[in-house]
Amino acid sequence: MTKYNLTHLKELEAESIFILREVAAQFQKPAILFSGGKDSICVVHLAKKAFHPAKFPFPLVHIDTGHNFPETIKFRDNLVKKLGAKLIIGSVQKSIDEGRASEEKGKNASRNAIQTVTLLDTIEENKFDACLGGARRDEEKARAKERFFSHRDEFGQWDPKNQRPELWNIFNGKHQSGEHFRVFPLSNWTEMDVWQYILAEKIEIPSLYFAHQREVIWRNNAWLPVSQYIQIDNGEEVTTKKLRFRTLGDITITGGVESQADTLEKIVEEVAAARYTERGNRADDKRSETAMEDRKKEGYF
Amino acid sequence: MKGYLDMELLRFTTAGSVDDGKSTLIGRLLYDSKSIFEDQLHQVKETSERRGAEEVDLALLTDGLKDEREQGITIDVAYRYFATPKRKFIIADTPGHIQYTRNMVTGASTANVALILIDARNGVVDQTCRHSIIASLLQIPHLIVCINKMDLVNYDEVVFKKIKDDFEDFASKLDVKDVRFIPISALKGDNVVNRSDKIPWYEGSTLLYALENIHIGSDQNHIDCRFPVQTVIRPQTDEFHDYRGYAGRIVGGIFKPGDEVIVLPSGFTSKVKSIDTFEGPVKEAFAPMSVTINLEDDIDISRGDMIVRTNNKPEPKQDIEVMLCWLNNKGPMPRAKYIIRHTTSEAKAMIKEIRYKLDISTLHRNEQEKSIGANDICRASLRTTKPLLIDSYRKNRSTGSIILIDEGTNETVAAGMVI
Repeated sequence: MTKYNLTHLKELEAESIFILREVAAQFQKPAILFSGGKDSICVVHLAKKAFHPAKFPFPLVHIDTGHNFPETIKFRDNLVKKLGAKLIIGSVQKSIDEGRASEEKGKNASRNAIQTVTLLDTIEENKFDACLGGARRDEEKARAKERFFSHRDEFGQWDPKNQRPELWNIFNGKHQSGEHFRVFPLSNWTEMDVWQYILAEKIEIPSLYFAHQREVIWRNNAWLPVSQYIQIDNGEEVTTKKLRFRTLGDITITGGVESQADTLEKIVEEVAAARYTERGNRADDKRSETAMEDRKKEGYF
Repeated sequence: MKGYLDMELLRFTTAGSVDDGKSTLIGRLLYDSKSIFEDQLHQVKETSERRGAEEVDLALLTDGLKDEREQGITIDVAYRYFATPKRKFIIADTPGHIQYTRNMVTGASTANVALILIDARNGVVDQTCRHSIIASLLQIPHLIVCINKMDLVNYDEVVFKKIKDDFEDFASKLDVKDVRFIPISALKGDNVVNRSDKIPWYEGSTLLYALENIHIGSDQNHIDCRFPVQTVIRPQTDEFHDYRGYAGRIVGGIFKPGDEVIVLPSGFTSKVKSIDTFEGPVKEAFAPMSVTINLEDDIDISRGDMIVRTNNKPEPKQDIEVMLCWLNNKGPMPRAKYIIRHTTSEAKAMIKEIRYKLDISTLHRNEQEKSIGANDICRASLRTTKPLLIDSYRKNRSTGSIILIDEGTNETVAAGMVI
């Protein structure tokens, strides 16, 4: 590599920082959608870099389903305190209580789909015109077609067939009032890039990503954590496994993988050797072949 | 591990329609480089079976949206990723049909390499020319011509040579510098990742080896210093009371502290005091780094301004000649006005004249044809409300490119390359 070449991680970082600065410059009221997962943690880290030595000009928005891993919430609160950032919480429980969303019934019930209601309400209430998210194009086939600057109409809907062309590094964030954009600075990152970056930058992440002992049941081909939010059938056996989570969603839908990786170095090795995609353990994607595309059209993350 | 941190990033684009094996080729690259996961493969196997296919259809790996799967076509640009120990690759996978020219142009706009696929049975056809012309117009630095389906012509060297000669004949009219030819069979895996023993007469490298080793270090402009200001960073804290940094991404040249610079359009001169990053100040910065520049003097600078060297400036121009690719279904009205975006600056622009429409299968310039619609490429003259700090697209892909935005719908309606 010559002196004037960037490594791929540095180039991805430079691209993401450029995107974050464009968002600050092109929008009136941007925010970061923060789930407490590794990708949104990376977005926050990049935002810190992009505006240094000033604070980044975005509040963090957390859509709280009420079905969280307690570790995620603890991590979130710590991070917000350390950054001195503003945290805005949209509560799915509140949406249910107010009758704006209705809870799913049955054994595999989750609040994953109805988060969209709370998310769109929160965006509307706060008049956000851009929401930064950590979604990556390598995650899922519908996301492979997503733009960096992704337009949402006044109903928060995504129209995949009518997306704005994105050429070179010119991003068009123009919109009517009431519409908003989802912006994805990590579009070109892969799961491996994210882990390498976390390792290289020594970024703090929730303990859930490291191998630990946990009570689980085997359901839908994944180890599902035992919690107060899931019903356990008679036939299902609770066991204790050493495992870790490759993605973090709600505790009701996030399956763990058996693992001995309790350091970042070991996680990177494990990811490099992985034979299954990280979302392979996510019950929300398994509902149908186009589960993600369908949810995204409605306004999902 | 260390190897991974030394990797470079290469972006390449492919274009193709249903039958020329583009999806199979991408599927093959992903599969043979072990970038496909078991659950993805499982899904593809299931779908192949459901459709009654005999073999696993690797092309399904690149299917995206519901409509595309149902119709068996690619409509939009899809981005795909794979890595080898040497490089990380971003593929902009685009449809090949003429009605999707805009998607091809989009995919080509950031690519270092264009893969041109030719069906060995058919040789150079309209679509080959179209893809090559787009690669040339968008100034993709390297072309790799894959002569595919060699298995269907008995791996015959004569067929390969004939196609190579035909292509070189045609390419002499184009503005491309680096072209190489590889005989492959995406279906059988010949010369994609693994060297083929059926093509002993070919002494060049496999496709993956070429992608891993093409020299891309010179693709960036490291000569003409260009720094478009994105935003101004003013912490207004006690610690950084007087800090005023100009945040942006270098799109050309190498900047160093002490450099004499001029800020355009104001024309004030100053010196670079420091180049800051989160990790601290750096001794030099080059494209495509994102940095924050501090100047010795307090000058009024805002988004859209450009910091350049005093002895090497872009030309401030209000009359701009461009090659325009029309992206929107609604064509331009005569003398219609649009918002024009160039780097981080914005103005209004009027299309003064369509000079000619380009036939992108033959390069023929049709000066009689002035009606422009989606997917058309034409040469046009624009007049802007304020001077833009432009270079030619040949010199710099960032400072030489523009987009037009419809004021009513906010849609990006055209992309232009400055002549």
